[in-house]
Order: sequence, then structure tokens, then C-alpha cells
Amino acid sequence: MSAPLVALRGLTVDFENGGRMSRAVDGVDLEIAPGEALGIVGESGSGKSVTWLAALGLLPAKARVAGSVRLEKQELIGVPARVLEDVRGKRIAMIFQDPSSCLNPVHRIGWQLVEALRLHRGLHGKAAEAEALRLLDQVGIADARRRLQDYPHLLSGGLNQRVMIAMALAGQPDLLVADEPTTALDATIQAQILALLGSTRRDTGMALILISHDLGVVAENVDRVAVMYAGRLVEEAPGTDLFGAARHPYTQGLLAALPSLIGPRRRLAAIPGTVPDPWNVPAGCRFAPRCPVAEMRCTNVPPPARSVGFRHVATCHRQVEAGYSVWSLPQALPQAAE
Amino acid sequence: MSALLEATDLRRHYQVRAGSGLFTAKATLRAVDGVSLTLAPGRTLGLVGESGCGKSTTGKLVLGLVPPSAGTVRYRGEALPAVGTPVWRALRRRIQMVYQDPLGALDRRLPVGRQIEEPLAIHEQTTPAERRDRALAAMNNVGLQPHQYDRYPHELSGGQRQRVVLARALMTGPDLLVCDEPISALDVSIQAQVVNLLLDLQEQLGIAYLFISHDLKVVRQVSHDVAVMYLGRIVEQGEAESLFAAPAHPYTRALVSAIPTIGPRRERLLLQGDPPNPVNVPSGCAFHTRCPFATPQCRAETPTLQPMANGRLVACHRVHEPALQVAA
Amino acid sequence: MLTFVISRLLRAGLTILFVMTFAFIVLRLSGDPALLIMSVDAPPEAVAAFREAWGLNRPIWEQYFSYIGHAFTGDFGKSMRDGRPAIDLVMERVPATLAITMPALALKIGLGIPAGIYAALHRNSMADRLTMAASVAGFTMPSFVLALLLVLVFAVQLGWLPASGSGSLDHAILPIITLGTGGAAIMARFTRSAMLEVLGQPYIRAASAKGVNWHRVVSRHALPNAAIPTVTIVGFMVGSLVAGAVVVESVFAWPGIGRLLVSAVANRDLAVVQAILMVIATWMVAANFTVDLAYGWLDPRVRNATAH
Repeated sequence: MSAPLVALRGLTVDFENGGRMSRAVDGVDLEIAPGEALGIVGESGSGKSVTWLAALGLLPAKARVAGSVRLEKQELIGVPARVLEDVRGKRIAMIFQDPSSCLNPVHRIGWQLVEALRLHRGLHGKAAEAEALRLLDQVGIADARRRLQDYPHLLSGGLNQRVMIAMALAGQPDLLVADEPTTALDATIQAQILALLGSTRRDTGMALILISHDLGVVAENVDRVAVMYAGRLVEEAPGTDLFGAARHPYTQGLLAALPSLIGPRRRLAAIPGTVPDPWNVPAGCRFAPRCPVAEMRCTNVPPPARSVGFRHVATCHRQVEAGYSVWSLPQALPQAAE
Repeated sequence: MSALLEATDLRRHYQVRAGSGLFTAKATLRAVDGVSLTLAPGRTLGLVGESGCGKSTTGKLVLGLVPPSAGTVRYRGEALPAVGTPVWRALRRRIQMVYQDPLGALDRRLPVGRQIEEPLAIHEQTTPAERRDRALAAMNNVGLQPHQYDRYPHELSGGQRQRVVLARALMTGPDLLVCDEPISALDVSIQAQVVNLLLDLQEQLGIAYLFISHDLKVVRQVSHDVAVMYLGRIVEQGEAESLFAAPAHPYTRALVSAIPTIGPRRERLLLQGDPPNPVNVPSGCAFHTRCPFATPQCRAETPTLQPMANGRLVACHRVHEPALQVAA
Repeated sequence: MLTFVISRLLRAGLTILFVMTFAFIVLRLSGDPALLIMSVDAPPEAVAAFREAWGLNRPIWEQYFSYIGHAFTGDFGKSMRDGRPAIDLVMERVPATLAITMPALALKIGLGIPAGIYAALHRNSMADRLTMAASVAGFTMPSFVLALLLVLVFAVQLGWLPASGSGSLDHAILPIITLGTGGAAIMARFTRSAMLEVLGQPYIRAASAKGVNWHRVVSRHALPNAAIPTVTIVGFMVGSLVAGAVVVESVFAWPGIGRLLVSAVANRDLAVVQAILMVIATWMVAANFTVDLAYGWLDPRVRNATAH
């Protein structure tokens, strides 16, 4: 395995909120190799987005970030703003959930693209415009010349996300972090954008981090998946292993809670309860209160990350066997939920 | 089997202004343009489609919350009475609605138990003690604990709030629940809880659902039948499992194939471009601008829903052609 | 864009007509000018002659139409006091009013906007809290109280500046400060909240993620957006410049339109009052019209809404 492109070590994010500190991300260790596609899965409050915003220094000032994020040899935590500005967009680009509100409403699409090109490639005037046209063409926008003159509000959500992707490509980054890039889009448009992300990655060789709550989106578009729950990484594995043989009860629960589009319908296994509030997390394993196989130590001692297969890590005291789901056990009725 | 709900050729058109200033051209937005549907007691009809297809407006038309531009809604064979009349209020006990955002549907200043009781105070002569007992029973039905009676909406999680909304809807013993994206704002693990709850309630109480959602997987999970909408019209309708297993209309096929799934990769029918603006619906079959199989006939003539051999209803000129089956 | 301008111009014309009508009605309802200007014990023949001379004996609607008709040709009648054209009386006071309101406007904008931006960028800092505290004090204090305070400190106690009157630059300083401070406070507050609103938008974070440095994010991405709501307040302030001068001019005995208005009202000099109201209304309408145009210029969403 090649040296990692980006490595997170013990990344921790605390937010101060009305006098109380709450930990949004708690000691995340994660690596991504050059050219790799890594999916980050989790429900709201899992810290999946905050992790990567923290890595790029994009959180508001009230957030306290600790630990280490290395881009090759360059440390990104606790460095001057100038260092981060050189990394953002140029080495690591990011796109977000709601493309239409991520483009500045008072500037033309062309202006915003040229700004990125000037910043990262030193292009000006005609050269910048020509490259902007080429980028819009590359992301599949028809009539690119006219679109350069348009303002974002004239474009659909799908087109705006294409513009965002073009802008991310302007810096020829080594890594694109896509934070729920299709959540705000309709299904047929989502398929277009995901296909575009895939082909772009093949063409440019950049690595991709795909953050999503949608297991299907992640399953179809990445090589490796990391699952987060309440600020911690709970399982990490190649996609086929994770979706075929998940070993953490939470991952198994997510999969069992998902209705399918084909095959016979079965009753969904609902994970009881809710995600803990970040200011009131359990002492041991954070999933213990909702876990059907939790033991005493799960409640009291945080579980260690254990290798359970080839590049497959599960952070769980109970070493659940492969091919066995804790959710197929007879359970209490979901009536008792929450 | 007699129908609980029968909507015939529902239309809802909005006059919109194009441009501003002194001279504005009037344009017609066809939010719903000729939708007919039937729902039997105790059954679920799923209504799917992308944003702007008119599925939410259809839900409001069925409830009478939005007056139709044309068409009729019949409930147990009777025409829907005018909104605001005593007959309509009585009817509204039988037809309830559940929205996407439970926090918006609840009053932040009242304990949830009081809100669950509210429909009784409006519709029936009851004592406070009776109301409280029935509210607690309804809470038990939807999986809420008695101690949550005194909680305020912001003290509950999203899933619990949606349970409160459901409990309130159940108080008047409805036999039809119109659910508009009832679980879209919830996390996956909580979605499963609410989906299971809806299915359990249907089994216990025999409630019929008109289940509106953009999430095909969830719609398949809860629905007996499914209707697929595109730009204000139903393009395909049929039994849920078979419709998703073998969609017939090119739009349904594209929509179903666009859904990312876990497991073996499926063939994907990728559509070009965005759906057209509902103010400017294309002539003929509204889907022809994005349809890979469109012919001159599709541009000229609007196809109507026609039954296929397996009972499926499809609005497509070319659906019977063997060439189309191969091409897909 | 042209239809947009035409429709706004028509609307502006209607507003002015409405103000003139309103002023006419209110002034006629509030008493008989003949009796007020002549003394109460004037001989009836004299009163009748006065009415005859000023057309006050004609039917009210005839007076109205003749007034509106003349107004359109720029004739607002003659002052009932000294017989000179009312509009001339008003226009010769305009420079004096502008001499204190324009510097005051510059103070509001030049102090208020930077203070608001600074406070927003350093939210919850000491500087932010001080600015906001000062702005609360600034806009809760009525201008006559501030004026009297300033006079007490700088004229009476320190003796640095004259307490009232006109004729030198020194005389203008206290009126300018009085007029400018409250406006600067309001400006700072609005600018701050507009800026905070914009800084919380996703496109600001997206611009940072793109690698744009913070200075440029603020100047090129945040400010042009924050300018849109801020322009409304600037327009409001420009519009109310003349009207706002009434109190201050009276306190400082500054010979501007405001003071003329007070004395004309006291004297029931109808033509002058109407001419002043007309000037103030036109000024306000022009300010609003400029704001509308500025919106179209600043906000492409507004521009396109009018283009389609």
C-alpha cells in the first residue's frame, strides 16, 4: 500500500455551545491513499462532515480542533491561515450539499470560475476564459459560453453542482471532498452527478471522499467505506466487505434498517432509540445503549479498534462473527423504541 | 370492493406572472393536470416523483386543502363537501394529514400530550380525564411513553415528534391518512422505526394511506400500489413490487435505475438534462424531451393511461413495442 | 429594465400627487388661514378682502385643482406673509439645510458602515460589544436631547463652539454631529446584522474552501451581498435627511428648510408649507427611486426578475 495522501490521527473537534463543551468528533484515525475513493457514512450528528471541515480549517472560530491531519508531509492542524489557503482548492477541493447556495449570488458563473483559475493556476484574461469554458465542457454543461455569463439563480440545482465540480477541478486537486453532493438533488439528477464524479475521478486520477447518509450512494461509488457514529469511527472496510459482511452492530443495524428496491419485502429491523446528544455521550461504547448485544464492559469502557479481516477494522468489544447479524435475533418489539 | 377515496381527472392550475413591472404576461403553471386515483379501505397507494411533479399538490387536493381547478374527489362515494362547512369538518376527522416536518406541525408552547388531545376537544364532547386517557392510549399505540405526555416538542427527537403527530392524527379514528414525505427528515435508523409503525397501525386499525414520497425504497416498503408522477400527470401505476421489479414507462425505468442500491450493479438508464419547467410543459408526452425512445408521435400526441396485460397502467405510445423492450 | 424604470417613475409621480393632496386637505381642515393670519378681531371686510385676494372664497375643489395645476408648472403660489413666491422662499433655504445634512449623511455612512463591518467580523469581541452598546445609546437618544447635551458640554461648559446661530463653520459642527450620530448608530447596527447574515451563508464557506483568502472573502464575496440590505437603510436615511433636520435646525436656530417649515406652520403660511412638503416628498421619492435602481444594479436576482 502506497503512502497515504491524507492521514488523520486522533482528530478531535469540540464545540462550545452556550457554556457547555460538546465533542463532535472524538479521536478519528483515518487514511486515504492517492487516487482512492473513500466513503464516509453516518447519520446526523455522527461527525462525518465536521471531520473534513476541521481538516481544512473551515469550522467557525468557536470550534476547538486537536490532533493531526497530514497532507503527505504537511501538517494542517494549528498552522497559519496562509498554509491552509494554499491547500484549499489546490490540493484538496470541497463541494457541498446545496450547490445553489454555495455559489455567490451576485457574481457570474464565469467570474467565480476565473477566480479559482487565477488563484490556483495563475491564469488571466483570455487564457482563463478559455480554461473556464473547457472546464464547463468537461463537467457536461451544454452551451458553456452562455453559462459563463449567467448568475447561479438562473441555473438548476444539478447544473450548479456541475459548476461547483468544475470549480473544484480548476485547481487540479489531489483530493476532492464531496459532502452530501447529491442530497439536495432529485434522483435522476443525482445519478447524473454521481456518474460525472466517477468519470472525472477516472480521468484525473484524483482521490475522492464521498460523505453521505445514503448507503446506496456510497456503495455504488467508492472502494472503501468508513462508518461513523456519534463522533467516532466504528467500522472501516473495503466496500464489498462492509456491505456484504459488516462486523459492527451499528453498521449491521443501518443495513438492516434500509428498505430494498428489489427482492421480497421484509420487515425492517429498526435500531431502537436515538443518537445520543453530543454533550451527553455514553462513557463506553457510544452505541451501547442501542446495541442488542451490549455487555457491561461496552457501557463502561470505550472499545478498541480491532482488525477483523483484510483492511477491515471494527471498533467493538464484541467480536461479532462474519456472516452473522446481531439484528436477526428475536428482538423486543419496536414499540419499546426510544 | 368499494373505494374509500376516488379522485377523477383532478387538475390544479395556477396563474403565474411571467415578468414584472407594468406589463406582465400571464402564464399557467399546471401543477396537477388530470390525475385520477382510487384507494380502497386499509390499502396504501404510494405516490412518487421528483420535485415539481405535483405529488404534494395532489395530496392537498385529495384533502380539499387546495380547491381543484377541475375534477372531483369522492370519499366513500360522496363528493367532498366545501371547505369550512360542518360536513367538511366532520369528514376531516376521518381524513388526516401527516407532513414532513413534525416540528412545524406542532405548537412549540404546548406539551405534546395536550396537542394529541386537541382533535377531541374540537370534534367531540369529552371530559378532560377522558381525553387524557385516550391520548395516553394513542401514545402507547405509536410507541411513546406516558411520561412524555408533559414534554414539549423541542424536548423530543425528530422520530418522537413524528410519533406525536401520528398519535394526534389517530385520535379521531381516521380511515385515511395522507402522508406527505413523513419520514424524509429522519435518519435512516429512525426512518425504519416510523415505517414499521405505519405498517403496524395499518394492520391494527385498517387505515388507508396515501403515501407521498420521493424515496422509492420507502414507498415500495409501505405501498400496495404505486403511482409515478411526471410533470403533473401519472405516467405509470401498478402493484408495488412488480412495478419496481419491471418498470414499463421509460421515465419509471430511468427513475428506478437511478436509485443507488447496495449489491450487484444494475443497468442504469441515465437521463439527460433537467425536468422542464411546469409553466412550460412540453407538448404531447411531457417526457419526450428527455426520453431516449421519443418519436414524432410522442411530441404531438399526449398518451393516456392504458392497461397492460398484467393490469399495469402506463401512459406511453411505445410501451408495447418489442423494440423498446430490447433497447432497455 | 425600461418598463421597470417607467413603472417606478409613474409610481413616484403618484406618490407626490398623493402627498400634495394630503397636505392640501389637512391644511384646509386645520383652520381658516384668513382668521389665523389676520388677527381674530380684524374687521370682517378686511378678512373678506384677504380671502378674495388669496382665492380662499372659491369652492374647495376649485382651489385644489388650481393648486395642483399651478404646481405642475412649478408655481406654488405666493407666501401669504410677505407675498414672494413660496418656492423661492423654500429654495433659498435649501443650501443651508444641505450644508448640515450632507456632512451628517457622510458621518452616518462613513462611521456607521465601517463600524458595523468591523463589529460583524469581530463578533462577540470587546470592540463588537462597545460598538453595539454605543449604537443602542445612539439611536435611543432623541435628537433634541443629544443636541442640548452637546450644547451644554461644548458651548456652555467648554465654550469651544457657539450654542446656536449660523454664519461660520463652527456654527455647523454641533448640528452636524447631532444629526449624524443617531444615524451612524442605526447604520452600524444594520450593517452588522446584514454582514453577519451573509457571513453565515454557505457560499462564504464555499469561497474559503476554494482557497480564497479571508480578506478577499470579506471584500469580494461578503460585502457585495451585505450591501444589498444596507442600501435600503442608506436610502431611508437619504430620504429622511430634510425631514430629520426640522428639530435640529430649530434647536440650533439654523436657517434651513426645517426652521422655515416650523415658522410657516406657526404662521399658517399655506403656500410655503405646501411647497416645503412638496420638496421633502420629492426628495424622498427620488431617494427611493435611486434605491430601487441600486437594487437592480447590486442584485442580479432582482435584475433578472424584471428582465423576463
